[in-house]
Amino acid sequence: MGFVWFWIVAVMIAAYVVLDGFDLGVGILSPFLARSDNDRRTLIRSIGPVWDGNEVWLLAGGGTLYFAFPLLYASSFSGFYLPLMIVLWLLIMRGASIELRMHIDHNVWRSFFDGLFFVASALLTIFFGAALANVIRGVPLGQDSYFFLPLWTNWRVGANPGILDWYTVIGGVVALVALATHGALWIVLKAPGQLEDRARRAVTALWIALLLITLISLPATIAVRPSALANYRAYPILFVIPALVVATLVGILSFTKQNKPLAAFLSSCLYLVFMLVGAAAGLYPTLLPSSTDPARDITIAGALAGPHSLHVGLIWWSIGLVLALAYFIASYWLFRGKVTADAGYGH
Amino acid sequence: MNALLLDRIHFAFTVTYHYLFPQLTMGLALLMVIMKLIALRSGDERWNQAARFWAKIFAINFLLGVVTGIPMEFQFGTNWSEFARRTGGVIGQPLAMEGVFAFFLESTFLGLFLFGEKRLSKLAHFGAATMVFVGSWISGFFIIVTDAWMQHPVAQRLLPNGTYEVASFWKFMLNPWAWLQYAHNMCGAVVTASFVVAATGAFYLLEKSHQEFGRLFLKTGVIAGLISCVVQIFPTGDFHGRYVARYQPAAIAGMEGLFRSQKGAPVVLIGQPDENAQTIDNPLAVNDVLSFILYGTTHAEVKGLDAFPRDQWPTALPLLYYSYHIMAGLGTWFVLLMLVAAFLLWRGKLYNARWMLWPILLSFPLPYVANTAGWMTAEIGRQPWLVYGLIRTSEGYSPHVSAGNALFTLLGFLGMYSVLSILWIVLVYRFIRTGPAAAAVAIPAEPQPATLTTV
Repeated sequence: MGFVWFWIVAVMIAAYVVLDGFDLGVGILSPFLARSDNDRRTLIRSIGPVWDGNEVWLLAGGGTLYFAFPLLYASSFSGFYLPLMIVLWLLIMRGASIELRMHIDHNVWRSFFDGLFFVASALLTIFFGAALANVIRGVPLGQDSYFFLPLWTNWRVGANPGILDWYTVIGGVVALVALATHGALWIVLKAPGQLEDRARRAVTALWIALLLITLISLPATIAVRPSALANYRAYPILFVIPALVVATLVGILSFTKQNKPLAAFLSSCLYLVFMLVGAAAGLYPTLLPSSTDPARDITIAGALAGPHSLHVGLIWWSIGLVLALAYFIASYWLFRGKVTADAGYGH
Repeated sequence: MNALLLDRIHFAFTVTYHYLFPQLTMGLALLMVIMKLIALRSGDERWNQAARFWAKIFAINFLLGVVTGIPMEFQFGTNWSEFARRTGGVIGQPLAMEGVFAFFLESTFLGLFLFGEKRLSKLAHFGAATMVFVGSWISGFFIIVTDAWMQHPVAQRLLPNGTYEVASFWKFMLNPWAWLQYAHNMCGAVVTASFVVAATGAFYLLEKSHQEFGRLFLKTGVIAGLISCVVQIFPTGDFHGRYVARYQPAAIAGMEGLFRSQKGAPVVLIGQPDENAQTIDNPLAVNDVLSFILYGTTHAEVKGLDAFPRDQWPTALPLLYYSYHIMAGLGTWFVLLMLVAAFLLWRGKLYNARWMLWPILLSFPLPYVANTAGWMTAEIGRQPWLVYGLIRTSEGYSPHVSAGNALFTLLGFLGMYSVLSILWIVLVYRFIRTGPAAAAVAIPAEPQPATLTTV
């Protein structure tokens, strides 16, 4: 049961990263790719009908985490108090910036929300990357399975770390570059004309950065958490995951060069999935490692909710997921194809 | 101020602000379905226009409901981690189900409803509106199930590690408290939406602009308002109140300001509770009525606060008393207002009765106050318990989040929500200024929608 729910939560987080990832990426790239109000409107339009549904995966994933692993939810959400609150504020600002920009046709109003959209998207991405890196690095869990981390201390990964240190900043940069690439590939897929060309050139530039930062992050992770390799040593088949990470990276570039934007975008989706699966496989069966004493690790067995809840949960979760997939397929199908450069929309 | 108090204010503020939006959207979703249904049956295009106009106001409120709702789910962990750890096996279930069953449904069908009018057939577009309604009401149900378990815990089992899990999924979902509270709460949401629709109609008539829609809105709002206001008091409020009396007698005593147990207990209409002297100052009371309301006979004994140990009294007693009295007082005003308005509507005199249009216009904020006061009554009445009889509020907050950090984020939310309020007022005012006639031509001419709230 614990194994199943571990991977259910992992799948939901991965779905969130892949789906909300591209609209975060669009936000990160918007000031660099859009040259006119028309461009900016096209970018917003490419994510307009789907961003809210994408974000629901975060809520549904968070709810599922709360339900399946209450101790993990309680410990990590209170321990990461400040960054989580900042994430909440950024989510509020970002949602407002996407939706409110179009309501008033005034250049100062629109510039304000354009700026907010960029800042909130970029900071959210960095925080999400850093959060994941915090989980990999471990936190100073107390006897009571709780902890509290300040935003930063001395930027070192020692016994007294902060949310931000050199390692978690690398995590933030990985996320920033990966989602910017992901967003650029989405724009290539959805935007017409010059915007598409600019996005394609951005993919090439971002790809080199992504390759470099991915290659830096792997040894850094092993240096910070040598035990992340334990599962890989025990089950060498797992080394297929990093191989797939590299393969999808190659796929992103070569499909872009061959002018197959959908295949390139899907490669990027898989790249994100395999990065996350690789991290999850290194953690399992730990959910939140302790940076001080491995005996205090929060594990699946220690955090799992009661058996009856989980059995019932499996039934409704399966039904709910099938429904959710149906909605998503229908929605993306309905809004498929290029976003048209608009003329005279009314509001 | 200590961390416990700040965590309580933190949750109370963010949830109160959040619920300003869903109470309108849940009620409006129902009214929009009704408008679409009338349009479908009668072929009268004005009802489609009306639905389109309200859909815009719905969308902006839905957006604010979404962005202010996300913090709610996270705050169980951030500020109430001990509560989350011990009860996640129970209430994590409806919260996760809300995401999986309601949010996915709502976000998808809202897009179809707002943009799909040209692409979908009339019937399919009505279907999309219905799904938005269903999604928002399912969402409300899962939240009420969560709260109902905290009010009246059923179907749980204590595990050896000190946490709770659901022993019977169906008993948990069929908690009678949840269904009574759900009926009362959803009816309250319809009251809010009816008053907003009626007040907009009254505004247009007073202003002498968009008068055709003014009459349409006023009629819709008054009819829906009268039905929902009456149902709000009986049977939903009445049944809910009796259930509270049975399982939370201390809360009822606090709500009514009844310090001493007595037969033929009075209802205090007005008066200020003095907690130290244990009296009501300047009371205006009617004898026997409370006994009759709760137990159906004027002689029944109602337990006063003196029947309970002091450590089980609701902690914010005067606030509980006022919340309840404001809710009940406003509920009475709503019925009177809507009765007179409905009578005038029936006699064909409402549209020209300016003396009546003014109070209808000015009353639109009051259901927000009444709904808020109702929730305050429920949640303050539950004190000092976080989960009634099982976990005290003082046991539930996050032990390692300092008061300084809690205050920091509380101030952050205060600032952020102030800005949101200003944006909300500006945008809703613009929609109402532009008026529903513009909705006649606003079916998107372009093949692609812009965002969820801009058509």
